[in-house]
Amino acid sequence: MSYNLWRKKIDHNERFSKAESLELYNHPDILVLGELADLKRRLLNPKRLVTYIIDRNINYTNICISGCRFCAFFREDGAQGGYVLTREELSRKIEETLSLEGVQILLQGGLHPTLPFSFYEEMLAFIKSEHPIHIHGFSPPEIVHMSRQSGLGIGQVLRRLRAAGLDSIPGGGAEILVDRVRQAVSPRKCSADEWLAVMEEAHRQGIKTTATMMFGHVETIEERIEHLMRLRELQDKTQGFTAFIPWPFQPHNTRINVAPVGGVEYLRMLAVSRIVLDNIPNLQASWVTQGPKVAQVALAFGANDFGSTMIEENVVAATGVSYQLSEKEIRRIITDAGYEPARRNMAYELL
Amino acid sequence: MNMDRSKREPWWQEIRGKVEAGERLSFEDGLRLYQSNDILDIGALANTVRRRLNGDKAFYIYNQHINYSNICVNRCRFCAFGKDKGDPAAYEMSVEEIVGKIQKRHHEPITEVHIVGGIHPDLPYRYYVEMIREIKKARPEIHIHAFTAVEIAHLADISGQTISDTLCDLREAGLGSLPGGGAEVFSPRIRERLCPKKLSPEGWLEVAGTAHRLGIKSNATMLYGHIESAEERVSHLLALRRTQDETGGFMAFIPLAFHPRNTELSDLSNTTGFNDLKNIAVARLLLDNFPHIKAYWVMIGPKLAQIALNFGADDLDGTIIEEKITHMAGAETAQGMTRAELRRLIHEAGCTPVERDTLYNTIVNVEQSANTDQPAGKGFAES
Repeated sequence: MSYNLWRKKIDHNERFSKAESLELYNHPDILVLGELADLKRRLLNPKRLVTYIIDRNINYTNICISGCRFCAFFREDGAQGGYVLTREELSRKIEETLSLEGVQILLQGGLHPTLPFSFYEEMLAFIKSEHPIHIHGFSPPEIVHMSRQSGLGIGQVLRRLRAAGLDSIPGGGAEILVDRVRQAVSPRKCSADEWLAVMEEAHRQGIKTTATMMFGHVETIEERIEHLMRLRELQDKTQGFTAFIPWPFQPHNTRINVAPVGGVEYLRMLAVSRIVLDNIPNLQASWVTQGPKVAQVALAFGANDFGSTMIEENVVAATGVSYQLSEKEIRRIITDAGYEPARRNMAYELL
Repeated sequence: MNMDRSKREPWWQEIRGKVEAGERLSFEDGLRLYQSNDILDIGALANTVRRRLNGDKAFYIYNQHINYSNICVNRCRFCAFGKDKGDPAAYEMSVEEIVGKIQKRHHEPITEVHIVGGIHPDLPYRYYVEMIREIKKARPEIHIHAFTAVEIAHLADISGQTISDTLCDLREAGLGSLPGGGAEVFSPRIRERLCPKKLSPEGWLEVAGTAHRLGIKSNATMLYGHIESAEERVSHLLALRRTQDETGGFMAFIPLAFHPRNTELSDLSNTTGFNDLKNIAVARLLLDNFPHIKAYWVMIGPKLAQIALNFGADDLDGTIIEEKITHMAGAETAQGMTRAELRRLIHEAGCTPVERDTLYNTIVNVEQSANTDQPAGKGFAES
């Protein structure tokens, strides 16, 4: 029986090949996958801790030329409802975050057609001059977009953003790191290789990042596994990913007509991610897409982090999925599952 | 599967041994299970029982809910649905209105109408009998799953008859079976504090037992996640198990997650995913004489209900439409789900979907029509 073999591999910290990962994914019993993932999680994170961060999403603009079919958030340039945040709005949001003991902002936006590179540098410099806060900002598609718009190389863009105040990079825009899928759902977004190249360069420059996966749209199971393989390969080289965050696609208000991924498939994907990504230390549960109940259950399926308090969230909310959790609630949910809650920063240092 | 702390402990080995041998679990076993956080172990064990009883089948029903009135003299503290007579939000439906709701959906393959309401201060006995008779007349093939034990005891009161005679009247009018509501938690402490005016636990079990002896099947529930202790939960389950030993008339047990919003207990939190799954799994393990354990998606959300199919549950309840009681308490689930959605959830959980009628007879030939169902309401929101 494959269970014993898998169990042994995990006990001996042996790697799961692509074929083995696929076989694992296809195991019929999610409780077996949960048990194996929990075992792996304990090896990687032996303390009975579940971490979370107090931060806020700030989307500096929703104007985007990418037009991804899975997105309910963006507006075309000139369309009604399009916005670019003013400095006053930025400051107000950051002050609110600090007053709630927030330690970080997640600063992301659409691929704006006309904003010059100086806009981003000046925005970072402005934030840093006014507010003592960690800026986790600009996912790889934004970095690639800035590079294309400005004619600067990726390395140069990253160096200049970092000099202006960027602290770390979020793992968004990875979607599925297979170009067939990207062509189908987000043809104008950066390619899989470009996404990985941005992360590799960031890691080389000492910028930590996270990695995500958005699954449950047009990709195959093999392509999900391929996504994990590509992340694992890069992480072997750089060790720059602090966490992996898989979340299911939310189809409402988007241009992809599929049924949403259910709770069972979410837990399956999460557990397989924990087992296969043996070199990424942390795995986040997504209460924003799954709700607090399933996110808590995810703690038994390999997740060791509850993500962010999300003082503000706009992108998932645009699909009509809207959960809210206070820090108190997050702590209660973690404690109720038998873990100790702990605040962290982006580098997963306890606060 | 033996790396877990709990698995090395003697109590766990003992429980596992009993379950594997098909032996009955004790009060202490139940308590131990509730106190453990190893939901994967407990779920896996519950699943072995689920598979033994129901294989990989997971049931659902095409049903319609009717909550005929929210006017209620009991005014239990955990309830956001009940209103005093004269309250601007109070309502009661006439028999014509109810029949209208049934007729409006005559083209749908509904097999069950599920009817519960408040303990109304002055609706006459004939209203209830007529309601059943007229529904049956309007749609003779439909199974009427109506009136919790609490309502039945009330109807016996206002008719001046015994429980048994009341049930016989209703059956003659067309009543098929009783839903399991109103059991709450059978603890005197809880009832004193939360629902002092409600039918007593003994009364509830007496109605269920009487119905069973008349050949009327029923369900059973437990409202958990408020102020009850693990001991009180286990006692509740064991009381149900004893009655079931005597009568064999319970079809399913349905743990009901308490929703605090808009109730007098609104300072309490929602139940957690661990708590919900544990209640499913522990019920499956303790209630060895109940054929079915239901994960009621309206209360715990479709995602968790689907997960619960791997933790001992074998039923998701139904398509529903127009559920009021849980939604008044702030449930954010959709008002209904289509057959196609339910079947997809079940498939994705690794189970085989089986459409059933109220009495768990299989409805055949639904696969074709399930694929062409129209979405119900918004469909698939989450709690």
